[in-house]
Amino acid sequence: MSNEIAVETGRSIDLVEGLPGIVSDWSSDQRAFKRVPWGKAMMWIFLLSDTFIFSCFLLSYMKVRMTTVVPWPNPSEVFALTIGGHHIPLVLIAIMTFILISSSGTMAMAVMFGYRKNKKVTGWLIILTALFGASFVGMQAFEWTKLIVEEGVRPWGNPMGAAQFGACFFMITGFHGFHVSIGVVFLVIMAVKVFRGSLDIGRPGLFTHRPGDYEEIEIMGLYWHFVDLVWVFIFAFFYLW
Amino acid sequence: MAYVAHDETAYVAPLEVEEEHLYHAKTWLGKYVFCQDAKVIAIQYACTAMGIGLVALVFSLIMRLQLGFPNTFAFIAPEDYYQYVTMHGMIMVIYLLTALFLGGFGNYLIPLMVGARDMVFPYVNMISFWVYFLAVLILVASMFVPGGATGSGWTLYPPQAVTSGTPGSDLGIILMLVSLIVFIIGFTMGGLNYVVTVLQGRTRGMTLMRMPLTIWGIFMATVLALLAFPALLVACIMMLFDKIIGTSFFMPAVISMGEQLPHTGGSPVLFEHLFWFFGHPEVYIVALPAFGIVSDLLSTHARKTIFGYRMMVWAIVVIGGLSFIVWAHHMYVSGMNPYFGFFFATTTLIIAIPTAIKVYNWVLTLWHGNIRLNVPMMFAIGFIFTFINGGLTGLFLGNVTVDLPLSDTYFVVAHFHMVMAVSPVLVVFGAIYHWYPKMTGRMLNDSLGKVHFWITFLGTYAIYYPMHYLGFLGLPRRYYAMGPTEFMPASAQSLNQFITIAALVVGAAQLIFLYNLITSYRNGKESGDNPWESTTLEWQTAETPPGHGNFGKDLPLVYRWAYDYSVPGAPSDFLPQNLPPQGGSAEGIKED
Repeated sequence: MSNEIAVETGRSIDLVEGLPGIVSDWSSDQRAFKRVPWGKAMMWIFLLSDTFIFSCFLLSYMKVRMTTVVPWPNPSEVFALTIGGHHIPLVLIAIMTFILISSSGTMAMAVMFGYRKNKKVTGWLIILTALFGASFVGMQAFEWTKLIVEEGVRPWGNPMGAAQFGACFFMITGFHGFHVSIGVVFLVIMAVKVFRGSLDIGRPGLFTHRPGDYEEIEIMGLYWHFVDLVWVFIFAFFYLW
Repeated sequence: MAYVAHDETAYVAPLEVEEEHLYHAKTWLGKYVFCQDAKVIAIQYACTAMGIGLVALVFSLIMRLQLGFPNTFAFIAPEDYYQYVTMHGMIMVIYLLTALFLGGFGNYLIPLMVGARDMVFPYVNMISFWVYFLAVLILVASMFVPGGATGSGWTLYPPQAVTSGTPGSDLGIILMLVSLIVFIIGFTMGGLNYVVTVLQGRTRGMTLMRMPLTIWGIFMATVLALLAFPALLVACIMMLFDKIIGTSFFMPAVISMGEQLPHTGGSPVLFEHLFWFFGHPEVYIVALPAFGIVSDLLSTHARKTIFGYRMMVWAIVVIGGLSFIVWAHHMYVSGMNPYFGFFFATTTLIIAIPTAIKVYNWVLTLWHGNIRLNVPMMFAIGFIFTFINGGLTGLFLGNVTVDLPLSDTYFVVAHFHMVMAVSPVLVVFGAIYHWYPKMTGRMLNDSLGKVHFWITFLGTYAIYYPMHYLGFLGLPRRYYAMGPTEFMPASAQSLNQFITIAALVVGAAQLIFLYNLITSYRNGKESGDNPWESTTLEWQTAETPPGHGNFGKDLPLVYRWAYDYSVPGAPSDFLPQNLPPQGGSAEGIKED
C-alpha cells in the first residue's frame, strides 16, 4: 500500500505503509523520517540522550540503595503529611503527580489547537501548562523545605537511616525539578510567541535563525511529556519502592 | 549503454525540504569568531584541539624524560608526574581526539559530503564550539590553581581522586569535573546537529547507502557519544557532590592520613561502572571516524572501489552497538562480581569479528589496486599495520585469566596506545594531508610529509614494542620511578631510556608537520578543485575552499555511490557522485 503525502516544498511523494515503509524510508534519499522536520528529529534524539542521563541516575540510586548496609528510610513515612489530624502517606507526592500528568493533558491540547491555528486557546493552554509546572516546582520546594527543616535530612546524612537517602533524593528530584523549571521558562516564551503571532509570520526564534511555525509547540510538547514520563519513573522507583 | 537524454527527475526524487536559509554575518566578529558556517567552526575546533593536544604531547615527553632518566631532572617532582599522566590522558582522549574527529572533521565533512548547505542548526553549532572552548579554558585553568591539576589518572577513580594526598585533590579535581560537564553540554549541541544533518539533511539522490564511509563512521561515533557521555555526566555530577557537599555516592568509610573522613557507605565500583560505560564507547567514538576516513583514503588512493561497502557499513553499526556491552573488561581486577568477567570477556571477543571484517576489507581494497603511494595513502596503510598490532594485544587483555597478570602493566599502556592512540592519530594525519587542499586550496609539502610519516610510523614501533616486553616483565604503569626491585633486570632501564629517546624524536618530528601546515598555507602548490581525483561531493564544489553554503547556486544531485573508481569502460578512472548517468557508461550506475 502506498499513499501520497505533500512535503514542505509543495510537491508530493509516495509513502509506503507499514514495515516495508520503514525500509523504503531508510533507503531513500534526503530524509530517513519522511514526515519529521529537523527540529523535531533533534528533540527526539536529545530526549534519547537525556533518557540515558536519567537512567544512569536511577540505576546509580538503585545500586546504592541495594548495597548499603544501613536501613533505608521508609518513603511512605518520610513523605507523609498530617492534614486535619489525619496522617496520610505520600499525599503531597500524589497531588504533585496528578498536577504534572494533568499538565501533559493541557500541553497535548495546546498542540492540537496550535495546528488548528487557534492562537487564543493555544496560548492560554500553554500558560495553563506552565502554571501547572510552576506549581509542581513550588510544591517540590515545599517538600524540600519540610525535609530539610523539620526532618533534618541533609545530602550527607539524615537521622532516619542510610546517608545516601538524602543524597539520591536531592540529586534526582533536583535534576528533574531543574528540567521542569527550564520547561516552564520555555513554555512562557512559547506563549508569548503564540500571542504575538510570531508562529504565523515565521519570525526567526530563540536559539535558531530558522523561521518558526506551529511545529515548535509540538517540539516543546515532546520535551514536556518526556519530563512527565521521567517523573512517573522517579515516583515509582523512589517513592513507591 | 546508450547515451540517453533524460530529465533529472527520472533518476532523482523531488526536493522534500526547502533549502536552508543561511545567516550571512556582516561583521568581522560574525564571520570569523562567532561564525555559523560549519567549515569555520570545524577549523576553530581543529585548531583548539590541536593546540591543547600539543600541550598533552609535551606532558608525555616530560613523563618519558622522568621514566628514561630517573633522578636526573629536578624539575619533575613526583606529584607533577601524576598530574602530567592525568592531563596527558584526559586531553588526548577527550579534548583532542573526540573534539578533532567529531567537532573538526565532522563539522567540515558532514555538510559537504552529504550535499547540505550547512549543519541543520548553524546557531546551535556555533554555540557548541564556544562551550567546548570554555571547557578547554577551565581545564587549562585547573593547571594553575593552588595544588595544580588533578593527578588521579585520567580515569579519576574515587576515593583517591578526592582525598587529600592525591595531587590536585582540591580545586584541581573540581575544575576537572566542571570542565568535563561543560564539554559534554557543548558536545551534545554539536552532536545533535551532526546526527540530524546525516539523517534528515541530505541532498537529493544521497541515500544512506550512498554515503561515504567517512560519514558513516562520524555519524555512528556521534550516536555513541550522545548515548555514552550521559554516564560520564552523571558520574561527574555525583563525584562533584561527594567532593563539595560531602555526599557518599562513591566514597566508602575512609581513613585518610590517620583521620576518619565523614563519608560512609558509598561504592567506588559504581563510579567505575559509570565511567567505563562511557569509557568503552569512547574508544569507538575515537576509532569509528578513523575507520571511516581510512576507508575513503584507501579507496581513493588505490583507485578502487571499497571492498564490501555494505559489510563495512554494517560492521560500523554492529561495533557501535556492541561497544555498549563490553565496558567491564576494564574492570576485571576492580572487585566486581567475578561472574561478570565471563560475560564481558565473551562480548569483548565477539567485537573482534566486525573489526576483523573491516581489516580484511581494507586489505582487499588494496589488492590489485592502482596504488598511488602519496602521503595520505602512506598514513592509511600505516594505520592498518598499527591497528592490527594493537588489536592483537587486545585479545590478550580481553580474556580474564590473561588480563589479570597483565593488568596495570606497561603491556596495557602499549596496547591502548597502539590501538586507540597512535592508530587514530595516523588517520588524523592522513586525513589532514588529504583534505588540507580542500580547506586551503594549497597542497601540503610532499617531501616533508614523507619524512613526517616515516619518523612517526617507525618511531611508534620503537616506542611501543619494547613496552609490551616491559609489561611482560611486570613493570607497573603510572609509577613515578621504579627504584631498585628484584623482579626487574637492570637492562629494563636501558630499554626505558631507548623508549624515551625514540619518543623525543617522534615528538620533535611533529614540528615538521606544524611547519608544513603553516608554510604551505601561503607557499604550497595550488591544488585545484580535485587534486586527488576523488568521487565524493566535497571535491566537486564550485570553488576551493568552498564558500558559505558550500555548493554555489545549486545543490549537487547524487546519481551514484561514493566509490566509482576504475569503472570498466568509463572515460576516466573516477566518476564523481554528482555525474549524471549519461556522462559515463551504464556500468557506472549503482542501482540502489
